[in-house]
Amino acid sequence: MENVYLTIVLAPLIGAIIAGFFGGKIGRRGAHSVTIVGVGVSAALSLWVLSQFIWHDQPVFNDTIYTWMVSDGIHFEVGFLVDKLTVLMMATVSFVSLMVHIYTIGYMADDEHNWPHGALTGRNSYQRFFSYISLFTFSMLMLVMSNNFMQLFFGWEAVGLVSYLLIGFWSTRETAIFANFKAFLVNRVGDFGFILGIAAVGMYFNSMDYVEVFARAPELANTEVALFGGTSLMTLICILLFVGAMGKSAQVPLHVWLPDSMEGPTPISALIHAATMVTAGVFMVARMSPLYELSETALSFILIIGSSTAFFMGLIGLVQNDIKRVVAYSTLSQLGYMVTALGASAYAAGIFHLMTHAFFKALLFLAAGSVIIALHHKQDISQMGGLRKYMPITWLTALFGSLALIGFPGFSGFFSKDAIIEAVGSSQIFGSGYATLLLTVGVLITALYSFRMYFLVFHGKERMDEHTKHHLHETSWVVTLPLVLLAIPSIFIGWYAVEPLLIDNWFASGNWNPIVVAHEHDTLHHLREHWHGQAAFVQHGITALPFFLAMTGLGLAIIIWWAVFRWNPKIDAQIQAAGGPVTQLLQDKYGFDDFNQRVLAGGSRDLGRMLWLTGDRTLIDGMIVNGSAWRVAHMAQWARRLQTGYLYDYAIAMIVGLIGLLTFFVMF
Amino acid sequence: MNEFPLLTLVIWLPIVGGIVVLASGEKSPSISKWTALFFAVLTFLLSIGLWIGFDSNTAQMQFVERSAWIPTFNVEYYLGVDGISMPLIVLTTFITIFVIVAGWEVITYKPAQYMTAFLIMNGIMVGVFSALDGILFYVFWEAMLIPMFIIIGVWGGPNRVYATIKFFLYTFLGSVFMLVALIYMYFQSGSFSILDFQEMQLGITAQTLIFLAFLLAFAVKVPMFPVHTWLPDAHVEAPTGGSVILAAIMLKIGGYGFLRFSMPITPDASASLTWLIVALSLIAILYIGFVALVQQDMKKLIAYSSIAHMGFVTLGFFIVFTIAQNPALSSGSIMGIEGGMVQMISHGFISGALFLCVGVLYDRVHSREIADYGGVINTMPWYGAFVVFFAMANAGLPGTSGFVGEFMVILATFRADFWWAVLAAMTLILAAAFTLWMVKRVIFGEVKNDKVAALKDIDQRETFNLAVLAIAVLALGIWPAPLVNVMHTTVENLVVQVTTCKLPSSERSDCVLTHPEPIVAVPNN
Repeated sequence: MENVYLTIVLAPLIGAIIAGFFGGKIGRRGAHSVTIVGVGVSAALSLWVLSQFIWHDQPVFNDTIYTWMVSDGIHFEVGFLVDKLTVLMMATVSFVSLMVHIYTIGYMADDEHNWPHGALTGRNSYQRFFSYISLFTFSMLMLVMSNNFMQLFFGWEAVGLVSYLLIGFWSTRETAIFANFKAFLVNRVGDFGFILGIAAVGMYFNSMDYVEVFARAPELANTEVALFGGTSLMTLICILLFVGAMGKSAQVPLHVWLPDSMEGPTPISALIHAATMVTAGVFMVARMSPLYELSETALSFILIIGSSTAFFMGLIGLVQNDIKRVVAYSTLSQLGYMVTALGASAYAAGIFHLMTHAFFKALLFLAAGSVIIALHHKQDISQMGGLRKYMPITWLTALFGSLALIGFPGFSGFFSKDAIIEAVGSSQIFGSGYATLLLTVGVLITALYSFRMYFLVFHGKERMDEHTKHHLHETSWVVTLPLVLLAIPSIFIGWYAVEPLLIDNWFASGNWNPIVVAHEHDTLHHLREHWHGQAAFVQHGITALPFFLAMTGLGLAIIIWWAVFRWNPKIDAQIQAAGGPVTQLLQDKYGFDDFNQRVLAGGSRDLGRMLWLTGDRTLIDGMIVNGSAWRVAHMAQWARRLQTGYLYDYAIAMIVGLIGLLTFFVMF
Repeated sequence: MNEFPLLTLVIWLPIVGGIVVLASGEKSPSISKWTALFFAVLTFLLSIGLWIGFDSNTAQMQFVERSAWIPTFNVEYYLGVDGISMPLIVLTTFITIFVIVAGWEVITYKPAQYMTAFLIMNGIMVGVFSALDGILFYVFWEAMLIPMFIIIGVWGGPNRVYATIKFFLYTFLGSVFMLVALIYMYFQSGSFSILDFQEMQLGITAQTLIFLAFLLAFAVKVPMFPVHTWLPDAHVEAPTGGSVILAAIMLKIGGYGFLRFSMPITPDASASLTWLIVALSLIAILYIGFVALVQQDMKKLIAYSSIAHMGFVTLGFFIVFTIAQNPALSSGSIMGIEGGMVQMISHGFISGALFLCVGVLYDRVHSREIADYGGVINTMPWYGAFVVFFAMANAGLPGTSGFVGEFMVILATFRADFWWAVLAAMTLILAAAFTLWMVKRVIFGEVKNDKVAALKDIDQRETFNLAVLAIAVLALGIWPAPLVNVMHTTVENLVVQVTTCKLPSSERSDCVLTHPEPIVAVPNN
């Protein structure tokens, strides 16, 4: 199996190298062929391995590929741990990536128009884009397949690098290169915590290997470290690692980079900033469940951060007019749901939502991209409308995606989201009440912003200019095919996956269980005990509060942005105006950006300038270095006078010296 | 004893080569360049012999050559390498090749003498790393100043006189105290052999004074706060090749000095002054990180970045004393030193490459100001790709060599003290901020002005330089094991040495080190 796993990882890398370095020679066709073949091989093999795990009791693989280095007795290795948790991620990542690769052929077809005339960077940009997304696939697979903390960090940063390159892909746009710099820095803040977490693991476990660390974790469960007057070691490790997850999975307050990342081309918004990379934090915490289960403090922390993100970021989605930003805030909110699930120890539900979300959110982004292509790169939803007629496939798939997102009964998102809310509701740890409240109300918000966007884009009067309207038509098959292929799991995957993932604990294979839940944290047990099949779950769901909230949201959206909007197109603006300071607060995004920009970024620059001018320039150079040079010169001026050139002066000096020395020796 | 005097050859071949190039005169620049390149490559190939012939299972000195030099004072021509010095020698001969190639068409004023200076520099630096006699070391150490003085003074920028004098005085001031310490130790041990120094017992007062004398010499070279201000000035005025040698090799000599002299000779003083070095290292990482952020001049920015990265080296070295004194920790001290060593080698590649990158732009536009650029990638896509790559390496991205040392040092520092590790890990944010902000302003964006619009992408010669360094950065990042393995035994032995009390028996009760009594006599040739 080692060769299969190596092929899964290396095929996209090889594609990326060929398309990246020889893009000019092999041309566009060559570049997209080679990368699609690479990722296709990866996806096919991943799905095959998944099927082996489902139907053939595939044994867990945990082995080293090569030893990176050995220092101080700790083996730093590159290796794979492939169990059911991994294989689910591999299949999701490589499948979505393949869809995005195909879609990109259509989306980037006219990319030369995005570059200024004569820019050499625009020459092979198409090939370069394919190289980057394949490189991303490689990095993400390295991350999820890792069997140790060091490689996890490698994958973690490598996806960050590719994200940086892709957000700033259109490097002549000031907004794009601002966004990618910001994204990298904010992620580095997270990584700062993450690397300290890894260092803590290294110190107390003397190992980087997951299995070894997890096995020894219970022994160290009660270890205290002398920090802040005594902290549990596990709390320290878990919170530090989670700070990394907050960066990568864009949790408050490290979420600020994700909306800006929409400056990148839409295919990567779908792949990296919705379906895969941003869920790395969720995957990481689930992978580390044997550690997180040992710290209730860390779990409470996660619960509060996650639910705050889910609710407050969803609210911002209500006032956005850029089609991609609405979806971006929706992604933030949904990531919050996944993270909250982790905090409630419902890791399986978090991973389940990660998977369903990967499909329907990639779908929504790609549908948004399809709209953007049709409208010649206009993204303002107040200038859209009525696209239903012109783009039937995009319209229908987007509708399915939206229904999945709001958790409409039967759609994939329904199962995963309901399971999360139920689990959080039955959690007993600190913060669970707050989280339950926010997640439940969040359902209403989700329905509102999703269908606000849906109606403004696909229904009502066409509000675009005549020229654009004249050219409106459905996008080509390379764009619509991935939409259809993603719509299928968006609708159905929940129905099929809910039972094995949440009820039967499918993740355990043999004596290896990647998702460890302590008995007192088992928030899914209620679901499990009352399980009577999917149909009963749906039936139960439509009598519960979240369903009513979703329907209320949907109903309100229909009334406002469909019914009222027909005779009063200004209704959207009027509602926002009526919101007054609340709208303002949401449009300011609670002031996070301003704070970061002024206080953190500005403050750092001011501090640097101050240290440089007063420390280096004035104190060290001015007073000590140049000052002593000046003093030497001054002293020399004075000493010069001693050298009179007269012999008797020197003779006197010698005699005085001799007397002095003699006195010294005689006396002491 | 090795029959073949390989070390002598690696030291003197480039020096002889330099004299040959000098003698060939300035009449035919192309002949002198090719001759210089020939000697540089030949030296590098010979130094590869050191790596191949090196036995990494022993901590003993290898390729030892020993003969009397000044018998009156027992000064010897005593050479040898271990797992610490050998990789640094190979780095030196390796980097010299790029310096020669980088000056190829750019240096038009007396190219033969320029090449000569670098070849001689190469030999001297190898001498510093392989000298096992205190006086021999000191002679090489001081001799190093002369070619560098000339390189900056003759081929440097407009303010070169200020920079050279500052550079010379700073380093000279430091080394004078080192000479005093060497002479003192000669009187104590009757020999100038560094290995004898390491076995000597010294009272805590003597140790402290010696430690401080060495500290002054090495801190200036590294450079450590607050004696670092010569470096940005020297870099700004130095020609590209000078900057590369300065950053890639000369700074490492300071770090090497700590490992060869301060730590093993005065372990008790080092242990009691660890707080000082750690504080200075953390200041280098944080203070200098912020200062680097606001630099307007690309070379200054990279110079400050070098100081911050060297802070990791000294931090990694000295936390060994804190870790070894903590009975709860079974290990961790080796990783700090190895991390510092890897960081030195890696920084040699990365800073060298970054200075070459700045040189590429300077040769075309004659400006190092960040504000004079913008959107360079539009006209120089390959160049832009290299800059982004090396910038990422400078920010410590995993998969590049820049990550390895930082990672090891952070892991080791965590064992020493949580808060030190927190401060050290701030480099993840700071290094990314100052490096990528420069990249954003210089490389990305729209073409800023006509000069940028007229830029031509890197030629074959420049591509060769950057590509080979990129491969080195990547190789070390993907598989650091060969480098770590080659130094492992030596570092292990060093850790035993630096944790062994060197106080005389009368003061032994004050010992804070792990091994109050000498365990094993250090093998000596």
